[in-house]
Amino acid sequence: MAKVHVTTTINGEPMEFLCEPSDTMLDALRGSLNLTGSKEGCASGDCGACSITLDDQLVCSCLMLAVESEGHEIRTIEGMANGDKLHPLQQKFLEMAALQCGICTSGMLVASDALLKRNPNPSEEEVRFWLAGNLCRCTGYDKIVRAVMDTAAEMRAQ
Amino acid sequence: MNVVTNNKWIGQRTIRPDGMDKVTGRAQFAADTTMPGMIWGKVLRSPHPHARIKSIDTSKAEKLPGVKAVVTSKDIFDFTIEKGAVMLGIQDMRWMCRNVMARDKALFPGHPIAAVAATTEAIAEEACKLIEVDYEVLPWSIEIEDAIKPDAPILHEFNKFEGKPSNIAGRLEHKKGDIEEGFKKADVVIERTFTTRPVHQGYIEPHACLISVAPDNKTTIWSSSQGQFMVRAMTSMLTGIPQSDIRAIPAEIGGGFGGKTIVYLEPLATMLAKKSGRPVKMVMTREEVMRATGPTSGSKSTVKIGATKDGKIVAAHGTFYLQAGAFPGSPIRGAAGCSFTPYDIPNLLSEGYDVVSNRSKVAAYRAPGAPIGAYAVECVLDEVAEALKMDPLDFRLKNAAKEGTKAAHGPVFPRIGYIETIEAAKNSDHYQAPLGDGHGKLRGRGVASGFWFNAGGESSAQVNITEDGNVVVTTGHPDIGGSRAGIANICAELLGIDYSRVSVIIGDTQTIGFSNLTGGSRVLFASSMVVTQSTEKIIQTLRERAAKIWEIDPEAVKWEQGAAHPVSPNAGQFEPLTLKELAEKAPAMGGPIGAGVQLNTVGADGGFGTHVCDVEIDVDLGIVRVTRYTAVQDVGRAIHPGYVEGQLQGGVAQGIGWALNEEYIYTKEGKVDNPGFLDYRMPVCSDLPMLDCIMVEIPNPKHPQGVKGVGEVPLVPVMAAVANAIYNALGKRFYALPMSPPKVLEVLDAPTQQAAE
Ligand code: FES
Ligand code: FES
Repeated sequence: MAKVHVTTTINGEPMEFLCEPSDTMLDALRGSLNLTGSKEGCASGDCGACSITLDDQLVCSCLMLAVESEGHEIRTIEGMANGDKLHPLQQKFLEMAALQCGICTSGMLVASDALLKRNPNPSEEEVRFWLAGNLCRCTGYDKIVRAVMDTAAEMRAQ
Repeated sequence: MNVVTNNKWIGQRTIRPDGMDKVTGRAQFAADTTMPGMIWGKVLRSPHPHARIKSIDTSKAEKLPGVKAVVTSKDIFDFTIEKGAVMLGIQDMRWMCRNVMARDKALFPGHPIAAVAATTEAIAEEACKLIEVDYEVLPWSIEIEDAIKPDAPILHEFNKFEGKPSNIAGRLEHKKGDIEEGFKKADVVIERTFTTRPVHQGYIEPHACLISVAPDNKTTIWSSSQGQFMVRAMTSMLTGIPQSDIRAIPAEIGGGFGGKTIVYLEPLATMLAKKSGRPVKMVMTREEVMRATGPTSGSKSTVKIGATKDGKIVAAHGTFYLQAGAFPGSPIRGAAGCSFTPYDIPNLLSEGYDVVSNRSKVAAYRAPGAPIGAYAVECVLDEVAEALKMDPLDFRLKNAAKEGTKAAHGPVFPRIGYIETIEAAKNSDHYQAPLGDGHGKLRGRGVASGFWFNAGGESSAQVNITEDGNVVVTTGHPDIGGSRAGIANICAELLGIDYSRVSVIIGDTQTIGFSNLTGGSRVLFASSMVVTQSTEKIIQTLRERAAKIWEIDPEAVKWEQGAAHPVSPNAGQFEPLTLKELAEKAPAMGGPIGAGVQLNTVGADGGFGTHVCDVEIDVDLGIVRVTRYTAVQDVGRAIHPGYVEGQLQGGVAQGIGWALNEEYIYTKEGKVDNPGFLDYRMPVCSDLPMLDCIMVEIPNPKHPQGVKGVGEVPLVPVMAAVANAIYNALGKRFYALPMSPPKVLEVLDAPTQQAAE
């Protein structure tokens, strides 16, 4: 089958790629775009390891077709730090040991960032419900929730 | 010997050396790796739980354009049954070769039958469908009860138990005293039977590998595993390629919990790569992970405990039947050997039975077997304490194992910290706090304790000083939960330099000495021993170099705060020589500075924990929520408290999932019905509260930094703690896991039904 040509913006950069019509956004990112920060844990929208944003909306890239990114703006974990300056969430995850194996970390960070953009002052419950789509099998979520809350407090103070 | 007086790095929450890569998406996990010319491998799996494979015809698949190689069991080395066990660690390669590729019979749905490599994943999948397999479908059994029936279909005809072909593949027992005599002395005797369902380790990263085999057999493997040396050895044994020709490179690993201590894909990908001449990548889908890897056993256990009126346990008997899956090897040793071990019981019999049935072969899962045994034992203990009207923690205190207690599985305990964990739990804010009002929901509190053997074993390290005076530490264990941070803390501490100057990497099989698996709660225990000894050798070299420069005796030089100093003014007046200065002078003063050590480490002893759990139950919906949880554990010495707590919290979360929701559900056809994260319900963020940790630190006297393994104990007591809390809330006890909403409702509705009858 003929491949489809897609023009999109990824992490602020204009991008073009070719894909099969049936390819998911995750396939495209990890494949031809070589952005492997987004992970595949389930391919069914249940683990959140592939979380990205599409025009600032948090989505599972495994549930989105690559062609759907045409003309839209995609953000992935690779675009989270600003040059060599980490995003405050990334910094806090490191300081507070909010990762163990690290396979869920990209998705957790992207999802947490999307939350703080919508709600800079989330309660613990709001953080927990927002991140309920991101599985972590290592941490018991404790340190992740704490890191998100602490980052939010710090960002509000600035 | 370099004596550390005041710790600067040990015990600090440093930033892990591999952290930056992991928060920026740079870290390379196995599925992230590619190679020029790479093709894709896929596995054809059995749809049947039990079937004889009469023939396999791969010709149509081979002709499909894009297909580069097909392999079947003919391509995998056959360890024949008759020749007896061929052990690699705890794995018998006779089963391993049949587990990676079915030979003669398919024994579970998902059992690999053939594998294909093609230019795209889609073509490989298509080709799998073109393989024609002639099966003779056989009767099967999934559950223990069915598998041990006298007329049960037998999986392995050669396996005999008590002289007859049987699905009981093994039995072990631990014995102490005389239980008959013991029970005679008891005033209270309680006996109960419990069942648990198989649960999956649930790592978020599916199994993956990329393998290249050159025409001269030189093989490079990138894969996700808990041990690159295990990958090398098993791949070598199953493919016939010598170990010296295989370079197994550990990719970052996205969780394992025991489930990545054996190979599934690597031997298949190696043979596909060898046959096709192309590098082959294989990545499992989540469904394949659920159908064909792990899980841990389901079980049926009967536990009987007798105690005197004054609260002393006088006798105990445990019988633990554990599912092995399709091949022998369930963790009966963990169930029978760990579950009574926290207690000093004079008369004890603990038996384990290993039962095969038509489900995927079980793999290790965090303290394999121990949580299953502890669930039964700690629930019965709770009932005994209640019958004696004793506080459950006081009851445990009264019977606690301590220094000098002889455990039924052999050892006499040295100084252990079990009592301290009970006391800390008892004095905790959590245990002291009232349960509070549930606003219409029932509340309850439960406690439980747990033990895990802990392991030492083989470990290797190499420590090298760079030309600019920094440090590179190489060890041989995949870092699964932050062990690099602990190693860097120790190395920086010993050398007296800033943490940021130490870089820690995980060597591949051809660059670092043999190191056993990341598992058994052994990695920081073992690796810090070899890193410590390597660093001490380096310090000795540095002292010698400084002595040579100053023209004094090496004994007159001490190493302190990252520099050589004269021991006293008598030794001469010299300006300190820093690590950096000595490194720069190295070419002229004896050459490169580095040292390596390989050890078979001993002295891991055991680990103990005591947990307190609060639950809140919605009696209308049957939903149990854990509202507060405190895990207390003797951690020996917390080298990096953040990652020690992480181990505790992660284990607790897995245990809560096991207690409340997780289970394999089977269809009538004998297939797993919930092979995805939607229906196999692991705890999500909103299911859990914050998980409190109390780290009791009784340093391990046999370890240079006092380390005890911490990774496994945290899962052991959880199901019992949750079950005891539910009992406390409802006054009804559950004898089966998981305690999921439909089952809670069933128990809640039971008396009404009885009244209506
Ligand atoms: S891979 Fe997309 S949600 Fe799991
Ligand atoms: S850190 Fe391993 S899954 Fe989250």
